[in-house]
Amino acid sequence: MYTAADLRKGLKVQVDGAPYLVIDFEFSKPGKGQALYRCKMRNMITGNQLVQTYRSNDKFDKPDLEERKMQYLYCQGEEYHFMDTGNYEQLVIDKEHLGDNVNYMIDNMEMEVLFFQDRPIDVSMPMFVNLMVTKADPWAKGDTSGSDSKPVTVETGYVLQVPPFVEEGDKIQIDTRTGAYVTRVKE
Amino acid sequence: MLDFQGLRFRAAFFHSLRSFFVRQQFLEVDTPIRQPLLLPELNIEPLASEGWFLQASPELCMKRMLAAGCSRIFQLCNCFRKGERGRLHLEEFTMLEWYRTSAGYEELMTDCEALLRSLLVDLEVMAPCAVFNETLRVGNRFISLQPPWDRLSVHETFARYSPVSIDQAMAADTFDAILVEYVEPHLGMERPLFLYDYPVELGSLARRKVGNPRLAERFELYINGIELANGFSELTDSREQRQRFEQELAMMDEERRQRSRMPERFLDDLAHLDRAAGIALGVDRLLMLLMGKECVDEVVSFAPADF
Repeated sequence: MYTAADLRKGLKVQVDGAPYLVIDFEFSKPGKGQALYRCKMRNMITGNQLVQTYRSNDKFDKPDLEERKMQYLYCQGEEYHFMDTGNYEQLVIDKEHLGDNVNYMIDNMEMEVLFFQDRPIDVSMPMFVNLMVTKADPWAKGDTSGSDSKPVTVETGYVLQVPPFVEEGDKIQIDTRTGAYVTRVKE
Repeated sequence: MLDFQGLRFRAAFFHSLRSFFVRQQFLEVDTPIRQPLLLPELNIEPLASEGWFLQASPELCMKRMLAAGCSRIFQLCNCFRKGERGRLHLEEFTMLEWYRTSAGYEELMTDCEALLRSLLVDLEVMAPCAVFNETLRVGNRFISLQPPWDRLSVHETFARYSPVSIDQAMAADTFDAILVEYVEPHLGMERPLFLYDYPVELGSLARRKVGNPRLAERFELYINGIELANGFSELTDSREQRQRFEQELAMMDEERRQRSRMPERFLDDLAHLDRAAGIALGVDRLLMLLMGKECVDEVVSFAPADF
């Protein structure tokens, strides 16, 4: 059980039977008034956002969440197939529950899958992934246009801005939290 | 941790506060931070210390000093309120309180205007001051700090910004929630604003308004939607004060809040106090605005995350 005083950014609580992640939190307390805990929360299943103000006496259940290590096998349309590396059980997760993560997922990648009451609802990626550049315009030497980045496509189909020296066939590191280019990787 | 430039600014700010009050013939006092009892306040949770309490405000001792004959006193001290933590809250924070006898809340509003003007004379020339020509810059907006500031009653303010009337809000126990959600974001956006005359239930130590006993002569100072100070004409009728404390203690029992006993000697001393007024100003928040910062953690020497 949590109380309103436990609320903070990143906490997971159960509201009306669904797991919510607190994505923004503000404590306020006017004058000599009541403490108010204003939360912006995201439903971890539907992605819907909820803004709610709680008071000190409000209580929350801890959601029944479990993380399991799984290997991503392949995708078929909107269905993404995974295997539990502990017991080799296979399961399918819909694209909508994976969100932006599909930008960074390549076959056989291992990741943590989050279950709510035994239903898979989310995956968490490593903070950095290395992906192959599959499409890049060549860097025109002597380009004086002043632009210091160009768009490239990586093996997952994701398009991002990178420095001009990155070429097709290079491996680049991407920060999965922001989707931004980090560095070129030598292998 | 605050960098050297910040520490220098904070020190100059404190120095300037003190010299303002000294020039105005206020006596600087200091009172124990750890005390065996508290003034009963429903919404303030104290931090306990070996059976005593860390002060939530120096109010109790300072009013007893007034009763003992001091006419103008001020104190700059650390106060503690359990569980108050956020962008504008630290469990340990710095409070400036000042009290005057033979004065009401109007005089305190004038003090606030004069205090800020005096601070700006000392601080505008220093980095990183976000004020230039008595104009505070907040992002790409400008707030004129030139007196006189706006004064708006709680009733008018609710009529203007709240979806429900003040009476409905009080009846539904949603005054604070509506204030935070609908009202505060409009307060002090063009120039500082005094929000004044609160329902008497919301000022347990404030005197009833002359001519309207349902209101208390209490005000809050707002700049940029941020509450900076709470002041009021002091309730000096010890019998009425006892009744208000009893109500407050009863509500605390109902909510099973930690409470201390009735502050009897405080009530005895009130009998020797005539007209007086006092105010508490959260100086970390004021410093935050002057330094152009977003969070009080950025203007104290050490924030909780710095340990």
